[in-house]
Amino acid sequence: MKGPHMTKWTLGLIALAVALTACEKKEETATGTAAGEMTVKIGQVSPLTGPQAHLGKDNDNGARLAIDEINAAGVTLGGKKVKFVLVSEDDIADPRTATVVAQKLVDQRVAGVIGHLNSGTSIPASKIYYDAGIPQISPSATAISYTAQGFKTAFRVMTNDRQQGKVLGEYAVNKMGAKRVAIIDDRTAYGQGLADEVEKAVGASGGEIVAREFTTDRSTDFLAILTSIKSKNPDLVFYGGMDAQGAPMAKQLHSLGIKAKFLGGDGVQTAEFLKLAGSHADGVTASSPGLPIDSMPGGKEFRQKFTERFGTIQTYAPYAYDAVNVMVDAMKLADSFEPARYLAELPRVQRAGVTGNISFDEKGDIRGGAITLYQVRDGKWQVLETVMGGGPPAMEKDK
Amino acid sequence: MDIFTQQLINGLVLGSIYALVALGYTMVYGILELINFAHGEVTMFGAMISLAVIGALVANGTETHGLLIVAFGLLAAISVCMVMGFLIERVAYRPLRRAPRLAALITAIGMSIVLQNSAMLIWGKQYITFPPLLPLTRYEVGGAVITNLQIFIVLLSCLLMAGLLVLIRQTRLGRAMRATAQAQDIAGLMGINVNTIISITFVIGAALAAVAGVMVSAYYGLAHYFMGFMLGLKAFTAAVLGGIGNIAGAMLGGLLLGLIESFGAGYIGTLTGGFLGSHYQDVFAFFVLILVLVIRPSGLLGERVVERA
Repeated sequence: MKGPHMTKWTLGLIALAVALTACEKKEETATGTAAGEMTVKIGQVSPLTGPQAHLGKDNDNGARLAIDEINAAGVTLGGKKVKFVLVSEDDIADPRTATVVAQKLVDQRVAGVIGHLNSGTSIPASKIYYDAGIPQISPSATAISYTAQGFKTAFRVMTNDRQQGKVLGEYAVNKMGAKRVAIIDDRTAYGQGLADEVEKAVGASGGEIVAREFTTDRSTDFLAILTSIKSKNPDLVFYGGMDAQGAPMAKQLHSLGIKAKFLGGDGVQTAEFLKLAGSHADGVTASSPGLPIDSMPGGKEFRQKFTERFGTIQTYAPYAYDAVNVMVDAMKLADSFEPARYLAELPRVQRAGVTGNISFDEKGDIRGGAITLYQVRDGKWQVLETVMGGGPPAMEKDK
Repeated sequence: MDIFTQQLINGLVLGSIYALVALGYTMVYGILELINFAHGEVTMFGAMISLAVIGALVANGTETHGLLIVAFGLLAAISVCMVMGFLIERVAYRPLRRAPRLAALITAIGMSIVLQNSAMLIWGKQYITFPPLLPLTRYEVGGAVITNLQIFIVLLSCLLMAGLLVLIRQTRLGRAMRATAQAQDIAGLMGINVNTIISITFVIGAALAAVAGVMVSAYYGLAHYFMGFMLGLKAFTAAVLGGIGNIAGAMLGGLLLGLIESFGAGYIGTLTGGFLGSHYQDVFAFFVLILVLVIRPSGLLGERVVERA
C-alpha cells in the first residue's frame, strides 16, 4: 500500500499513540469517580495457564472472594469511600515472566500485591515490588529465602519450608519408621528448598539419605530416576514439588513395583493430586502448612462460601483470602491506601483470619504457624496430626 | 544388571512414542521441507479427544469391556486428528507453499499456538485423567518389571512403523509420495496429483500422532493442553537426530533419544560422582544430538541434500 492510504494510516497511528500516552499519564494508585468513590487496585499474581493453572485460579478466586466481601461491606479511607479492584496477572509459574508481570503491576500503580503463588516466582518479583515500595503478601510461597532477602515489603501468611521440612523429615524417620530415604525434587526454589530441609532433618533424626534425584516442574516421566532409586532399596521416597508431578510419580512407583512409602509436601497435598493419582494415591502421606480446612477457625464457613461460587478448593484459596484481608486491615490502620503509609502498619496487623491468627515477625514471616500431616485413605486426605511450627508439642488430632 | 534392563525397557517405551511422533515431522519435512511445528499439538489433540470420548462413555455407564472403550476412544482420536491434519495443511500451509520458507515456518508456529489455546478453551486448564480402564499387570523379566501397557505400546509402535515402511516402499501411493518428495514439479508432470499426495502425508502423520497421544495419556495417566509442546520438541529432536526427511531415521532417532534420556537420567549422577544430577537428562540428550550433528550434519541416516536456491 502506497500513496494517500499510507498517510492516513500513519496519521491514525500517531493519533492512537498520542491517545495512549495521554491515557498512561492518568494511571494513579487510585482513580476518583464522579460520586467521590476511589478505586484502588490490588494485584494478584499466580500461574493462570500452564500445568499449575488450577492452583493459580484457586488463589485468584480466594482473593476475589475477599475483595468482593470487602467492597460489599464498604471501606472508607481518609474520609473517602474506597472500591477495591483485583488485577490478576498470569506468571505461568516462570521466574522470568514473574518479573515482567510484576513490573506491569508496578506501572499500573497497584496499591499492593497478593502473590505470587510459587516461591520461584515470588522471590525475583519481590525485588521489583521492594524497589517500588509496594507491599507484597504471598499466600503460598514457602521458600525460606523469600523473606530472608531483607526486603521490608515482602510478607507471607504461610509457614515457611524450614519448619515444614523439619517436621516432614522428623516425621518420616520417627513416625513412619523410615531408615533409608530417597529424595527427589523439581529444582524449583520451593521443591529444592523443601527437599534440602527434609534431607537435613532426616539426617539429624538418624535416617540415611540413599539417593538424591532431580526432575523438573514440567516432567511426567520419572521411570528412569525411580529405577535408579529402586536399586538403592529405600524405605521411603520424598518428593519436593507439585501435584502434577507427584501424581504420575506415585503411579510409576507402583508400576515399577517399588514398595517404599511416598511422602510429599504441600505441593502434593491437593485435591488435584487425588484426582490425578486415582487408586495410586492410597497410602501417600503429605504435609501442608496451617491447619486442615475444617479445623481452621473460619474454615467451614469459608468452604461453603467458596464452593458456592467457584467449586472445589484446591489448597491455597483461604490463604489468598486472608492475605487480602490482612492488607486491607493495614490500610484501615493507616487510614490510607498509599503503599508508603500502610506498609508501616502491616507488621502491627493482628487478624483472626480464616486460616488462623495472623501476625508477622520482623522478617515478614507468619508467627507460630502450624504444619499438618495428611494421608490418603479411601481416596481422601485424612488428617494424621498437626505439629505447631513454633514449639515442639505435637497435638494429636481426630479426623 | 536388572537396573540396566529396567532402564532399557523404560527407554524403549519412551523411544517408541517419540518415534511415532517424529515420523510426522520427518514425512512432512521430506515432502515440503517444512517443519510442521503444529505436529506436537496434533498429538495433544489426539490425547484430549480420546480422553473426552472415553470419559463420556464411562460417565454414561457403558457396560462394555474397558479395552473396547479405549479402542473406541483411539478410533475417535485418529479420525478427528486425520481431519485436523488435512485442514491444517489446507488452511495454513497450502496458501504459502510458494512463499519464502520463513513465512511457512512462522505460520507453523502460529498454528501451534492457535491449537494449544483452542485446546485450553475447549478442555480447560486442568489436567485430564485417564480412567483406570486397563488393568495393570506386571511381569518380571530378569529382575526388571515390564507392564502389559508397556508391551502393548512397543508392539503397536513397531507394527505401525513397519506398516508405514511397507506403504512407502511397496505401494503405488508410497511411490507417488517418494516422487513428490524428490521433485514436486516433475512428479506433477508425471500425472501425480501433488496436492492430494501432500494432504495424504499430513493425514497419515496426524493419525500416527493421534495414536502416540493416546499412548502417552494412557501411559502417564494424564493429559493436558500443554503436553504437546515438549513432546513435539523431543520428537523433532529425534527426527533431526535420525536425519530429518528420512523415515527409518525418525524411527531410529526416536528409539535412540528415548534410550539416551533413560540411561542419561539413570546413570548420569553415578557417572559424574553426583556432580551432575538426573535433571541434566535433557542437557545430556541435546549434547548427544549436537555431537551427532557435528560428526554427521545430516543426522544418522540422513543424506546430504544440496540446499535449494
